[in-house]
Amino acid sequence: MAMEKESNAGTAVTAEAQSGVDYTGKKIGMWLFLFTELLFFGGMFLLYSVFRSQYPAEFHSAAQEENLLLGSVNTTILLTSSFTIAVAIAAIRKGNKIFSLYMQTATIMFGICFLIIKYFEWSAKISKGIYPDSPALLSREKGEILFFSLYYVMTGIHGIHVLIGVIAIAIMFVYTRRGVIGRDNFAKLENTGLYWHFVDIVWIYLFPLFYLIT
Amino acid sequence: MDRGTSREPTAGYVHYALIWAALVALLIMTIAIARLSLLANYSVLGSLFIATVKAGLVLIYFMHLKHEGWVVKGMLLLAVAALFFIIALTFVDVWYR
Amino acid sequence: MNERTMDNKSPEESSFYHEKGKYSGVLAWLMSTDHKRIGLMYLGALLSFFSVGVTLGVLIRLSLIAPGAILNAQQYNEVFTVHGIIQIFLFIIPGIPVAFGNFFLPIMIGARDVAFPRLNRLTLWLYLAGAAIVMLSLFIKGAPPDTGWTFYAPYSIQTKANVSLAVLGVFVLGFSSIFTGLNFVTTIHRMRAPGMEWFRLPLFVWTLYATGWVQILATPVLAITLVFIVLGRVFGVGFFDPSKGGDPILYEHLFWVYSHPAVYIMVLPAMGIISEIMPTFSRRNIFGYKAIVFSALAIASVGYFVWGHHMFTSGMSDTARIVFSFITFLVAVPSGVKVFNWVATLYKGSIEVDSPLLFALSFIFLFSIGGLTGLIVGSLAPNLHVHGTYFIVAHFHYVMFGGVGFSFLAGLHYWFPKMFGRMFSEKVAKIGWFFFFIGFNVLYFSMFILGYQGMPRRYFEPPPQYHGWSVVSTVGSWLLALGLIIIFSNLISALFKGPKASSNPWGGGTLEWSIPSPPPAENFIEIPVVDSGPYGHGKRE
Repeated sequence: MAMEKESNAGTAVTAEAQSGVDYTGKKIGMWLFLFTELLFFGGMFLLYSVFRSQYPAEFHSAAQEENLLLGSVNTTILLTSSFTIAVAIAAIRKGNKIFSLYMQTATIMFGICFLIIKYFEWSAKISKGIYPDSPALLSREKGEILFFSLYYVMTGIHGIHVLIGVIAIAIMFVYTRRGVIGRDNFAKLENTGLYWHFVDIVWIYLFPLFYLIT
Repeated sequence: MDRGTSREPTAGYVHYALIWAALVALLIMTIAIARLSLLANYSVLGSLFIATVKAGLVLIYFMHLKHEGWVVKGMLLLAVAALFFIIALTFVDVWYR
Repeated sequence: MNERTMDNKSPEESSFYHEKGKYSGVLAWLMSTDHKRIGLMYLGALLSFFSVGVTLGVLIRLSLIAPGAILNAQQYNEVFTVHGIIQIFLFIIPGIPVAFGNFFLPIMIGARDVAFPRLNRLTLWLYLAGAAIVMLSLFIKGAPPDTGWTFYAPYSIQTKANVSLAVLGVFVLGFSSIFTGLNFVTTIHRMRAPGMEWFRLPLFVWTLYATGWVQILATPVLAITLVFIVLGRVFGVGFFDPSKGGDPILYEHLFWVYSHPAVYIMVLPAMGIISEIMPTFSRRNIFGYKAIVFSALAIASVGYFVWGHHMFTSGMSDTARIVFSFITFLVAVPSGVKVFNWVATLYKGSIEVDSPLLFALSFIFLFSIGGLTGLIVGSLAPNLHVHGTYFIVAHFHYVMFGGVGFSFLAGLHYWFPKMFGRMFSEKVAKIGWFFFFIGFNVLYFSMFILGYQGMPRRYFEPPPQYHGWSVVSTVGSWLLALGLIIIFSNLISALFKGPKASSNPWGGGTLEWSIPSPPPAENFIEIPVVDSGPYGHGKRE
């Protein structure tokens, strides 16, 4: 019933797109989604940059209260997790299903470690009485109130994205085991990887802005 | 006919490992610059510059931007430009009050 | 043209309405990934919410000429807030893209569906969920939002009304919009039929493309802004609170960074419809196809950077005010180009003033008034006097209702026979148009006068010197409502009793007119091969 007239005037684009799975189309869709995430985080970066320009000294001193060691460890963890997910995709494309599964698992583990460390960082702050709208925070300088509010909001929303990524990769793990994702059908995994790399890139910027402006 | 695959060959594991090593090296560099207060007033700019290099490496190699056509690259440029100009125009207000 | 299919069924019997899938009954529609069914469900939902919004508008007008008689002050604030939220977020922003874009985009490019049909279905569900959440905020314990649809801080952070819930609803609606835009942009890149080159695309498709980009790049900024409101209300995060170092003007920046481009999400597809109708009813090619394409892209891009013109009286820097006013003037140019090209299309055309063209011509007239007054309010000195007055209310109703609203009706009448396989009464459509058009201008032109005289907006009890023109305006609202009732009665009656429509009653040249009315489930029996531009060669059948 669905006879398709191939034509010399036709575009390979259409043939690929209309005849089944459109790998390129799915990839473009994922990139477009990442652009929405860029603008979503962008609103937060806008606030950070405005407030920082208004309170440079207070941002500087507040940043010194951050735990540089934990922040650096977390950065290393996320960078490494980007490496492992990239390898996981390369592996499945080479047909190394088992190795890909190990790499996906490693990525999930790294993501969980990141969240655990984040939990400890937040607990430390909260136990010192520093959290949004706390009396201790409100008694500080305005710039410091803003710094810590931004810290919670930005790392919090970022953390939610890490969690979503961990869950997504776990789902990809199941798909890979079942063969839904394989050597000839890895768009889902690659797109999940794209998402994960984006989350990594957001942290690559968050790290210096909160830990290194001392 | 493509059906959920890419025509591009995949990069090797060693290739990715090298990029990872570069990322870690840049991380160490950026911490050192901040800790040692090198570059003094420009340390924030320096940190952001290095962050951009790192982000670039992730984009080009891990996210395979290197292998993408002008469609994807152009779209990315559009999105980044949009964000840049939104922040810039806001600063036209904030800086000149 | 023999319209019987291979198994000798009539078009209606073998149309997408009769396609059998996995589900039956209501689920066959709600679970459908067919872009045509999704488009129709959206259309029904949109028009239902639009009616509620119109009713609230009529209520506002009644209250203004007799303050306290029907609504008290608190209720008045809630009514104009909800009127804005419904008309903007539940009708006009999703509006043309989700109803006509969904139904016609794939057909116009020669495809069987959009790039991501299941994502498309998700957008419908998100729309319904978001609408439900917004409705919940109106009726649940607490009070409906009373902040204006703009949710300005600090009041939105402090008010006891159900702002968090309403804002959550808008957040969900935003994702429906984002995914629609993402879907359309990908579809246009990837699913064009052989020979359907970029510069052979129908102009409606070009506007959906430009709009899709705005949806992708602007809506997320609204999303994070709404998150900031909730964080402020629930956790006391004070980004917009000066006592905590924050700045309420930053709220306005973030809000309008989305909400200005949002008006281009509204108007670009509307302009696209006009670009479809003008050549069909002039029986000639559109004038300046490429100029119209580049104008659409220019409106989308330049329009991204004018948001500050909503904030001239907010306390922004003088430098920013000058910059934003200047860019605002720039963005008027491509709109002017389009108006010129549409009118030029009529020149030496063989013009048939059927109802779609009548609505389209009204668009050009009313949008021009709205656009020219936009230049007035975009100028710094006049803005100081008219900001916050009825002049602004008149301006945006001229462009959004006189513009987008009329275009919506134009598209509805143009594509009605294609979507439903039936024809409506031309005579009744024109009568409805008449009352609608007169009522519209009486209702809103009075507001230009009132605003010029200084009548403030969002006031429950206007000072008494404005009473005269207010009464005139309110009478206009009744005429407008009468016009709408006639228009929709005509269409609804045609749904059930109208004569069967042919595949090309208007003589359009774009691909949707080459398939049966209503279309079959798979749109085309064979994917067409395109060898020319879209206009100037259709024939009425």
